[in-house]
Amino acid sequence: MIELRHISKSFKVARRASGLASAFKALFSREYATVQALDDISFTIQPGEIVGYIGPNGAGKSTTIKIMCGILVPDSGECRIMGCTPWQDRASYVRHIGVLFGQRTQLWWDVPVMDSFEMLRDIYRVPRQEYRRSLEQLTETLELDGLLRTPVRQLSLGQRMRCEIAASLLHNPDILFLDEPTIGLDAMSKQAVRQFIRTINRERGVTVILTTHDMQDIEALADRIIMIGKGRLLVDGKLSELRSRFGSHKTITIDYRAPRSRTTAVRMMPELPGTQVLSMDEERAILLVDTERTNLSEVLGAVSSHLEVVDVSITGQPIEEIVLSLYKEHEL
Amino acid sequence: MSTGSRLSRSAGTTPVRSPDNRHRLSDKRPPRNPKRYLSVFRIRFTSSLQYRTAALAGVATQFFWGFVLIMVYIAFYSSSDLEPPISLPQLVTYVWLQQSFLAFIMLWYRDDELFRLITTGNIAYELCRPGELYGFWYAKLLAQRMSGALLRCLPILVAASFLPSPYRMMLPPDFLSGVLFIISLLLGLLVLVAISMFIYISVFYTMSPYGSLLMFTVVGEFLAGMIIPVPLMPEWLQDVVYLFPFSWTADFPFRVYSGHFSRTEAAIGILLQLVWLVVLVTTGRRLMLRALRRVVVQGG
Repeated sequence: MIELRHISKSFKVARRASGLASAFKALFSREYATVQALDDISFTIQPGEIVGYIGPNGAGKSTTIKIMCGILVPDSGECRIMGCTPWQDRASYVRHIGVLFGQRTQLWWDVPVMDSFEMLRDIYRVPRQEYRRSLEQLTETLELDGLLRTPVRQLSLGQRMRCEIAASLLHNPDILFLDEPTIGLDAMSKQAVRQFIRTINRERGVTVILTTHDMQDIEALADRIIMIGKGRLLVDGKLSELRSRFGSHKTITIDYRAPRSRTTAVRMMPELPGTQVLSMDEERAILLVDTERTNLSEVLGAVSSHLEVVDVSITGQPIEEIVLSLYKEHEL
Repeated sequence: MSTGSRLSRSAGTTPVRSPDNRHRLSDKRPPRNPKRYLSVFRIRFTSSLQYRTAALAGVATQFFWGFVLIMVYIAFYSSSDLEPPISLPQLVTYVWLQQSFLAFIMLWYRDDELFRLITTGNIAYELCRPGELYGFWYAKLLAQRMSGALLRCLPILVAASFLPSPYRMMLPPDFLSGVLFIISLLLGLLVLVAISMFIYISVFYTMSPYGSLLMFTVVGEFLAGMIIPVPLMPEWLQDVVYLFPFSWTADFPFRVYSGHFSRTEAAIGILLQLVWLVVLVTTGRRLMLRALRRVVVQGG
């Protein structure tokens, strides 16, 4: 459905040192530096997927989205989306996509939300019946009921974002590009937005490409992540694969009945390869286990044979840390 | 997915292009359905009709300004022995029309929102819409000016036609002049919006509206007869003025109204307005497409 092959894009950025002298010099001759925003990016996305597109600030996420929307023309490479090349067949292509830029607004500031919706209906020439149906559905799932007659300037950010999402979907697109859809939202609104994205993906089969810095978005939504940094594609894979590749460490928290003394407890804690005691007192020990070197059951078995275990909890490494370690690995 | 058929259809209609223009933004198909532009027009129109206080302030200012100008011209006319190129009642009418249709003829009457769209990058959304950006913006600017004029012109026109003698605005000499006036005024508006589009297009290159806005307003308003009415200019300057499109937006319709132009002159003028309109819109569209090809959406 979406296929990018060897896409590269560079920008020319004017550079000068600070200070009056160099500002004056820049009047006559400017120095430009070329920034390679995207360098040989290739990937394929199947219909119905939700893909998390991540990377640190300035990695080239938005640039990729803009190319896929047909706003930017790459220097080289090919991009086929639903049989179109976005920047060439713009007029026919954009009908099939919905776009949401979390940091921008597409609604008219001074008029009720409804007016903006109706304008979008005319711009996309959505047939009345289809429009009514999708508006109804969106109103229901996004809880827009009280909002549609309110001028946009009087909405809260969370309310506005819900309306923005609805606006991006009024014309029933097959692909939805979301550029930081949860930016600045509170936990509740984030939850609502995520819930909604999952729903339209499942019920309408919309393919979703999502950029975000919020790893909870990724965890809640994306089956697959594509990570870029400094314009290069670094990781492309299933979230679970990534987790198993980079998140082989588990944290085990063990509560036990206090033995006679602390020293006995320490002595009783078995020595196992790949296991690290993070903290320990009379009633609780926290262990970090590298599951590639030691089996979890082995650790648990060893511990329970020495100590009277009351409660055990095992947690994987949070995705946030996995991504962070990925960034570090690639020196971003 | 239920989209299979749509998918293949859009693939089928994709025109085959030669490889040398592969990396170009192309959007050359002419707008086929004006409805979407009409819709943009409507939302802009209704949203600017809300600004009632601004309109009220505008009416007061224009009324005051009209009085000042007319007083100055009365003083000029009474101290001159020469045969004036335009009669005082015609000039007074000219001034009142200028003031009431200010929103139709002033180049500085601008849409800051469009500038903000470009400089902040919100234009990204507009670029993702089917349809042509030129059309959308033209519709928006037209709507803004029409709503502005609608709120302002009637109070001024009505009040000015009930004023005592030297200040009174006269009716057009006959019905046909009135009709020709309305046609030329509306065409003039279309020409003006086409001119003002160039200001917005230039922002793609300069990233700041103020330079081109200043240039366009200073030069344009002088050439449109907003500073000195064109008939009062020296002959050679009038010849220069007629080389530019600006006088067709303001000076021409007002002189059609007052009967200063004969009917044949008016008819020829309307044709010329049409020619200018076509020339300006075609160049504007082409320039805009070129600007969009190199546009870098700012920020984010």
